[in-house]
Amino acid sequence: MNKKERLVAAIKNGTVIDHIPAEKTYQVVALLELDKLTTPVTIGNYFESKMVGRKGIIKVSDKIFSDEEISRLSVVAPKVVLNIIKDYEVVEKKTVETPDELRGIVKCNNPACITNNEPMETVFTVADKEHGIIKCRYCDKEQDISKVKLC
Amino acid sequence: MENHNFVTIADLSKEIVLYLLQMAQEFEKHPNREILKGKVVATLFFEPSTRTQLSFQTAANRLGARVIGFSDAKTSSTTKGETLKDTILMVSNYADIIAMRHFIEGAAQYASEVAPIPIINAGDGAHMHPSQCLLDLYSIYKTQGTLENLNIYLVGDLKYGRTVHSLIMAMRHFNPTFHFIAPKELAMPQEYKLYCKENQIKFQEHTAFNEKVIADADILYMTRVQKERFSDLMEYERVKNSYILKNDMLSLAKPNMKILHPLPRVNEIAYDVDANPHAYYIQQAKNGLFAREAIFCYCLGISLEDIKNDKTIIK
Repeated sequence: MNKKERLVAAIKNGTVIDHIPAEKTYQVVALLELDKLTTPVTIGNYFESKMVGRKGIIKVSDKIFSDEEISRLSVVAPKVVLNIIKDYEVVEKKTVETPDELRGIVKCNNPACITNNEPMETVFTVADKEHGIIKCRYCDKEQDISKVKLC
Repeated sequence: MENHNFVTIADLSKEIVLYLLQMAQEFEKHPNREILKGKVVATLFFEPSTRTQLSFQTAANRLGARVIGFSDAKTSSTTKGETLKDTILMVSNYADIIAMRHFIEGAAQYASEVAPIPIINAGDGAHMHPSQCLLDLYSIYKTQGTLENLNIYLVGDLKYGRTVHSLIMAMRHFNPTFHFIAPKELAMPQEYKLYCKENQIKFQEHTAFNEKVIADADILYMTRVQKERFSDLMEYERVKNSYILKNDMLSLAKPNMKILHPLPRVNEIAYDVDANPHAYYIQQAKNGLFAREAIFCYCLGISLEDIKNDKTIIK
């Protein structure tokens, strides 16, 4: 790849999160709590992408995300790819697995639900992985994962 | 036997449902006992519901427990901004079991997760009302001799009526055939029809309500069609009298057919039906006492065997 094509600087060790739909990039930043990291983070956005139209790309040095952290992304960007980098080389590609349960990640859409009326953690079970339907543990309302707000 | 929460009936197995009905049967034989002597029952009603609260309190009193509680959130610390969790934990210091009614959906589930003592859901908003469901099941079981293979007709407000939704879920073990009779605006929501399909529950939908439609019914479960549920008041005016059960509509009814209603009724069952032997809604409310006695004992770890061998019966 020549300099013109290179979008953002390569990292030696860490994780490159690619194919983030451009409008979701900063939600990914929030979900992975990248603002709290003290290692170098490069955030690029609105690059052309054949896969998602316009994409974001995030490079995080010296950080490997746990499966739990990665599963949080299923809410906003289920198709992202995480490249694990060691010594400038991609040694592993990880995709997002939708977990069976989402804890404290999204809000319930039902204003009459206890989770919106009490200082407590939300819990959703994934009712239908294929169609992205999640169900509130408390009020039982099923909701579309693409239409819920982050906590 | 261990302690239990009673938050929803949807998750209970067939065995547990039948076990609870057998318990209720024992309480119907001998409702007055001292099996809960020394226990303190708290009835926390964050939303007023006189009938349900009286029923729970009567059940506790008839089993020898003492009762504390409130009947309106205005008289609790909720008005001072106390969280539900704190209220529940505070009351857990005093009582052995809590029966709670709340206007917020999922409140009972949350309470059961934070409380060290059993929680009974006495209704949580538009969500669940499992003790009503158990008394409905007991009424069906008692009048039909079984819960298996029955034709159950649900009439009126099937959109917002939580009792009919709970009944569908609880009956899934017993191969029922449901008939949904409702105006279009209050038709059975898609999610419950999907639930029926997923659980191989047979159902038919009708908008007409007349003697021919209900001729095959074993159970006719009436609910209130409330004006405030309609977005279009013209539509309400058009249908309001279409879902009223009148005595002359019962001429083709099967001999075993019984009419249930969660009460209170307004005008959906004409008063001339009350004397008809098919009418069962007043006895149904009485069954609530036995069902709630069963719920208290089940939650406090008292077994059916304990109840059968109970030496505290007051004759």
